[in-house]
Amino acid sequence: MLESYLREQRRHKDILLMTHIVIGYPSLDASFEIISTMVDAGVDLMELQIPFSEPIADGPVILRANQKALANGVTVKQCLEFADKAAKMFKIPFLLMTYYNILYKYGVEAFTDKMAAMGIRGAIVPDLPPEEGQSYLQAMDDHKLAPIFIYAPTSSLERMQKIAGYARGFIYCVARKGVTGQQTSFSNELESYLARCRKSTQLPLALGFGVKEKADVDFLKGKVDIAVIGSQTIRIVDKKTIPAAGEFLRSLRD
Amino acid sequence: MLKRGYFSNFGGAFLPEVLTATFDELEQVFEDAKADPGFWKEYEHVMSTYSCRPTPLTFAENLTRHFGGAKIYIKREDLNHTGAHKANNVMGQGLLVKRMGKSRVIAETGAGQHGVATATMAARYGFDCTIYMGEVDVQRQRPNVFWMQRLGAEVIPVKDGTRILKDAINEAFRDWVSNMEHTHYVLGTACGPHPFPEMVSYFQSIIGKEVRSQILEAQGCLPKRVYACVGGGSNAMGLFSGFLNDPVQLVGVEAGGHGLNSGKHASRLCSQDASVGVAQGYKTYFLQNSDGQMLDTHSIAAGLDYVGVSPILADLKENGRARFEAATDSEVVAAVDLAMRKEGLIPALESAHAFARAFQEAAEMNPEDSLIINQSGRGDKDIFTVADAFNDPAWQQFIKQKAEQYNA
Repeated sequence: MLESYLREQRRHKDILLMTHIVIGYPSLDASFEIISTMVDAGVDLMELQIPFSEPIADGPVILRANQKALANGVTVKQCLEFADKAAKMFKIPFLLMTYYNILYKYGVEAFTDKMAAMGIRGAIVPDLPPEEGQSYLQAMDDHKLAPIFIYAPTSSLERMQKIAGYARGFIYCVARKGVTGQQTSFSNELESYLARCRKSTQLPLALGFGVKEKADVDFLKGKVDIAVIGSQTIRIVDKKTIPAAGEFLRSLRD
Repeated sequence: MLKRGYFSNFGGAFLPEVLTATFDELEQVFEDAKADPGFWKEYEHVMSTYSCRPTPLTFAENLTRHFGGAKIYIKREDLNHTGAHKANNVMGQGLLVKRMGKSRVIAETGAGQHGVATATMAARYGFDCTIYMGEVDVQRQRPNVFWMQRLGAEVIPVKDGTRILKDAINEAFRDWVSNMEHTHYVLGTACGPHPFPEMVSYFQSIIGKEVRSQILEAQGCLPKRVYACVGGGSNAMGLFSGFLNDPVQLVGVEAGGHGLNSGKHASRLCSQDASVGVAQGYKTYFLQNSDGQMLDTHSIAAGLDYVGVSPILADLKENGRARFEAATDSEVVAAVDLAMRKEGLIPALESAHAFARAFQEAAEMNPEDSLIINQSGRGDKDIFTVADAFNDPAWQQFIKQKAEQYNA
């Protein structure tokens, strides 16, 4: 189970790192090289995003990566083959991240069958609230896959508790309003939000949106279990090189 | 678990968690307004004193004679302030924004009509205003960009994706998830997550309420068929809502572009290229590929150039209550030409889709019967597109001279 893996890792690490890639950006081969580099750099789990033409919760960096991957002609079938290869090659747990339409068109049950067969551990579907996710939740549960749900600073304690009832693995707390890849202020306000998150569930907590330097990760130690690095590694790969992204990830927990 | 806003299998609210509380608030304020008997009165007062309601129902005597079939009536939504039915929705949502105490509005726009309407509402009610518009639409609807800016709105051209209406909606959502505390997103059509489809249809239902009593007064009986163009579907919902419980055929006309077999159209309900999916927060028919990626759409009318369609209309299609057809770009231009020459009416290219289909069907109908076309907007905004379609040499000459003046 994903949750027990995370707890086990946490016994000897004060914070875990989850990273993100868009499958097929900048190319399928490069995506694989990025995963390899990230695993070498010691990341504890990864989300593999299947590109979608309308990524409404993503900011400019990930939005453009989605568009570029689709313009390269990447298909859902290729993405699943890619995820299969990654899950077989590397020991860390992988999650699929995408928007609900990708699952819906593939067939929710067929999609979860495929995930389970490949050894993928869970999924993040940011536009699928639990209210709309009945068949998804059932299918994930049937395969012992973790549906990762999201908390936002606008979620009340009551709402969080309700969501926690459906979540498995961990909860993904978004650090602020807005989309991915923008500035986050790691402040007292964030701290009180995280306290509310902590109070609402026993599940491990991850924090993402705007985590991009060591100071951010340091701030999160003791407050959450997992720091999520999303847009920042894409920026580094775009501006520098794939190995530079590996160095960056190593530096976060030095 | 409570699923909200479904019309049989369509609709729903597929929202990122960060917006859940905002939608709860919006739903509450809308429910309170509906339950408040004074609210609709206040709305009608605004629409009769700031816009031009009730809008007339015009008997198109010359067109009727021309086709020799059903009596043709035209509902004149083009006579609203800002020249389209968009004002109905925008002023209604403006009243809700006041109730919520928010200070800024944002909107997407395709043809620019919804953007201009939102900009006037914002000016009138003292809200800050930002309009998202696909870069392609900025080019083809330039006069409306000018008016939005003069009205004090910030117009942001959207350069991602296909750079048309759906991309403008995505960008508006991205703005909203950052600024929802003081910002309301005035969605322009009967699409998107609950409660938008129901709420926009509620405000647009003023069209159907009026026109039903107008036609009864004009000829003592109901029309046989009513026609509306369908982009997102708000003017169609407005018209249809007046006749849902009557023996009246409801006909929605989609953008046939270069033809339904060309791959260059925006017909979701009457083509084989669309299938049910979930995007932009709701479930409906989308023009998408087998992976679920949205396809490029095409229409001569920017306001119909959209991948999705109102979940309420998707339901009316599935249960057979409404019929959906397509009109091609060239049929639409011909319909504008005929409406101008026979009746002196200048329908928007969007509205002209309804005209084109009604013109095809009128002749075969009984002269005792009548039909109603919703002229959802006026065509002045399309001056560049229509001038190009007619290849008007005098206009081209004028534009060249104008450009020289600026260069001088």
